[in-house]
Amino acid sequence: MNKRKVRLEINGIQYEGEAEPRRLLSDFIREDLGLHGTHVGCEHGVCGACTIQWDGKAVRSCLALAVQANGARLRTVEGLAPNQDDLHPIQQAFTEMHALQCGFCTPGILMTAQALLRDNPQPSEAEIRDGLSGNLCRCTGYQNIVKAVLLAAEKLAQK
Amino acid sequence: MKPPAFDYHAPATLDEALTLASQLGPDAKFIAGGQSLMPMLNFRLLRPSHLIDLNGIAVLAYLRVEAGELQIGAMTRHREVELSPIVREGWPLISECMPFVAHVQIRNRGTLGGSISHADPAAELPAVMTALEAKFVLQSSRATRTVTANDFFVGTLTTAAEPEELLTEIRVPALPQSTGWAFDELSRRHGDFALAGAAALVLLTPQGRIEWARLAFTGLGERPARARRTEEALRGQVPTEDIVRAAAEHSISDLAPESDLHASADYRRDIAKVIARRTLLRAIERSRAALQ
Repeated sequence: MNKRKVRLEINGIQYEGEAEPRRLLSDFIREDLGLHGTHVGCEHGVCGACTIQWDGKAVRSCLALAVQANGARLRTVEGLAPNQDDLHPIQQAFTEMHALQCGFCTPGILMTAQALLRDNPQPSEAEIRDGLSGNLCRCTGYQNIVKAVLLAAEKLAQK
Repeated sequence: MKPPAFDYHAPATLDEALTLASQLGPDAKFIAGGQSLMPMLNFRLLRPSHLIDLNGIAVLAYLRVEAGELQIGAMTRHREVELSPIVREGWPLISECMPFVAHVQIRNRGTLGGSISHADPAAELPAVMTALEAKFVLQSSRATRTVTANDFFVGTLTTAAEPEELLTEIRVPALPQSTGWAFDELSRRHGDFALAGAAALVLLTPQGRIEWARLAFTGLGERPARARRTEEALRGQVPTEDIVRAAAEHSISDLAPESDLHASADYRRDIAKVIARRTLLRAIERSRAALQ
């Protein structure tokens, strides 16, 4: 099938590429644009590893086509840290709380958590568990991830 | 996996979309939020030659009340309905079922029209819309018709819509002020499809008798099922826990749930009774509270 031009904004930067209609947005971001922070797990919307933000909303990038994102404003995990040297407060909290082991699920969890904390800056533990229920982690269990999001909420409140 | 090759169309208007559908024929599929269709494409369970993307048709996303009736544009996202004060105020059964629909990331992109058209036998909205006696507007380039939820859901992933027809609007009738409501389901993990779930609506008379009760199941057959015997058994009763328990026993007599990896048919029947009782009791309680 013919490739189409896809122009979009990711983390405030304009990108342009070409994609077959069947190209998944997740693959386009990783393979065509070279942003490898977004991970691909199950490719059917269950694991949450590919979660990005589309107009500020956490969505699965494996359940959208690249051509659908023409003109879209996206944010990926690369857009969290303010610069090369510093981490985003949520990332900092994940480090301090040992909220990751292999890190495969982490980008998706960070993008979900960032949207969650933006909409609900003081979530309860139950709200965090509910908000993160669409992201699977297979090594740590969720205790430290939940603690990290609670800590991140504190950090963001102090800013 | 990756989707098979297809040609992609992104119409800007509804007319354009419907014309494309009639020209391209049954080998074309509409794509709304894609939260059910994309996994099917990724698994190659579907191999359409054409996808007609509805995401560029902004006029299909709206929530409004006209003459007491809730009208939801088919492209309205789950999350918007979940957070809508209008829906919470007038149709709280819909709001209550929303957190059970997958996860927030799916609800951010998934649409009501898409969910309903997909007609998964374990999905929440088909049962809720059946309980609410909603109507669906189906449009093609040639005609527009309205179908009741009861007639729309035909079987597993099968609806009364013709391939060139698009569900464009969901119409939910107004309910009397003191109608009680409840939705509940049981699933293995939060966000999974339900093993069994139920939507209940109950209206009590000022004297505390059941004027009418409606109960619709999900996950217990090929299509959402109204539990008519339970509804009949409750009519006119002053409900007690025993009466509701006995009525809930009837609820599954007409159902033939299937055994699968997740639960046996017997287990599904057992939990259906429990969920029927719980949702009915909660709906009764809410109707009672509204009357006081």
